[in-house]
Amino acid sequence: MKHSVQKFIRKNPLAAVGIVIWAVFILCAVLAPVIAPYDPAVQDLASRFQAPGSAHWFGTDSFGRDIFSRVIYGAQISIPSGILVVILSCAFGSLYGAVAGYFGKVVDEVLMRIADIILSFPAILLAMALAAALGKSVLNAILAIAVVAWPKYARMMRGLVLTVRESEYVTSERVIGQNRMTILLKTIIPNCMSSVLVLASTDVGTAILTFAGLSFLGMGVSPPTAEWGYMVSDGVAILEYWWISFFPGASIFLVSIGANFIGDAIRDILDPRMKTEV
Amino acid sequence: MNMLKYIGRRLILMLVVMFGISIITFCISHLVPGDPLAANLGQTAMSDPEIVAAYEAKWGLDQPLHVQYINYMKNLFHGDMGTSIRTKQPVLSDLAQYIPATFEMATIATIFSILFGLLFGLLSAARHNKLPDHILRVFSLMGISIPAFWLSILLLYVFYLRLGVVPGSGRVGSDWLGAKFPTGFLIFDAIAYGEPDLLRDALGHLILPSFVLAASTMGILTRTVRSSMLEVMQQDYLRTAKAKGLSEGRILRCHVLKNGLIPSVTMFGLSYGSLLGGTVLVETIFSYPGVGLYAYKAATTLDFPAIMGTTLFIAAVNVLMNFLVDIIYAVIDPRIRY
Repeated sequence: MKHSVQKFIRKNPLAAVGIVIWAVFILCAVLAPVIAPYDPAVQDLASRFQAPGSAHWFGTDSFGRDIFSRVIYGAQISIPSGILVVILSCAFGSLYGAVAGYFGKVVDEVLMRIADIILSFPAILLAMALAAALGKSVLNAILAIAVVAWPKYARMMRGLVLTVRESEYVTSERVIGQNRMTILLKTIIPNCMSSVLVLASTDVGTAILTFAGLSFLGMGVSPPTAEWGYMVSDGVAILEYWWISFFPGASIFLVSIGANFIGDAIRDILDPRMKTEV
Repeated sequence: MNMLKYIGRRLILMLVVMFGISIITFCISHLVPGDPLAANLGQTAMSDPEIVAAYEAKWGLDQPLHVQYINYMKNLFHGDMGTSIRTKQPVLSDLAQYIPATFEMATIATIFSILFGLLFGLLSAARHNKLPDHILRVFSLMGISIPAFWLSILLLYVFYLRLGVVPGSGRVGSDWLGAKFPTGFLIFDAIAYGEPDLLRDALGHLILPSFVLAASTMGILTRTVRSSMLEVMQQDYLRTAKAKGLSEGRILRCHVLKNGLIPSVTMFGLSYGSLLGGTVLVETIFSYPGVGLYAYKAATTLDFPAIMGTTLFIAAVNVLMNFLVDIIYAVIDPRIRY
């Protein structure tokens, strides 16, 4: 066991870093009430704009709130949101693409053109319009991002289904008179899932970034909720108090790059064509 | 002739996509519960049913949806995108005012990302699995993972507030505020009318936002160039070239580069959309008067005509870009014939 962990770290140092980053932030999210030294929403106007120090490790913001505590609590929103976006878009997109690929012909043509249309919007722009129209809430922001994120899963799943559909084990099921929907759900989709999951793992970082971007623009949480993207926007107009934006932004960056390190390694492991040591 | 047919088919497909885009934008701006009345009329005006009715009639909000859509499309074909509720100006003239600014920023960002993406990708492939490759791998993943709005703030803090080597936000310094520019393309105007100060000022304002905008595309391109170069280097024809005694440089120029760059063309086309989308965040932070900032303001005030106009415009540019990339792809890769 110990040996294999060492081997993994030696072969995928970046992935190990990514896993450590994620472990730390998940711990922060779960144990926030224990770790955070202050209540994230309590204002203390007497200690506004304090630079990082022993009383406030990451300093305080314009309301005198402790930024370290807010960053810790922020993990409770950003991490689940990013994962939820990926689950929603991956589930819907894969099913959509599988149906298109399996039924083919007109169904395929129509479904994939619709996916193409969504894909031609710059994601953040469409998500912003959607989130603004739906109204400000975390759930609406998640939905808005999922609505723009699913087509890439649809495209990939469709391509995979097209090849699996022609394989012999699928033909044999058809020959014994198995129902078409059952073949699709029980045989074809499970056989395509591993590649889709690779895409999903690399997509978590992007989802967290987009969510933080929407919050930054004021289309996610409502104050005084501690959310990283929104916290970064607090410091935009007051650059001299750099810590207000720096720490929450650094958290977004770390979680996102951690996800990319892990996703990169998963892709290398599952897709030998992309192996780094060619 | 085959090529013309291919281009024709792609053109028709592009029109279908554009039509779909217009329907989706229209639906988003009309079917959702956000209330443009509340956002644009104040509290007192909202309580007066007469004002509300007059407002609805003025913007056609009292018509059935499909009638509103048909009217919108009819006007669109006459070059009328409606009037912005927020600025009270025609959306088309608003856009015309902001497009040059965004075009300049996106172009410089494109130059940045292609230049560095190519350089880093080639370097990575050439020093494969050695130190430069590992460093560049982390570097490109950083580019992809860094939040654009955070990077903007960091750069502004260091280069504007601390070092003072770049001007702050906006598009021009105070000397040029309110000045009328002949074309609106500042770099072009400055060169055409011989204004070196304006050129320096405009470039100074462009460098940080363009760099931020380019960061993620740069990262993606580095990775793509690297992996396609590595793939080409393993091909049989390369071994043949080596075996017949071609020089290292000639192999690199004639075989590796030519074949290895093809996937990067597609990748660039695909990431151009996210580059355009990025202008929303970057322009908002730098108070840079472009289409992205306009879109952001429209979205926060539920300014329907402006949201539709900008989304349509940006999506159209993106679709056109992908169309051009497809054509270029077909031209440079003789294996692709439709």
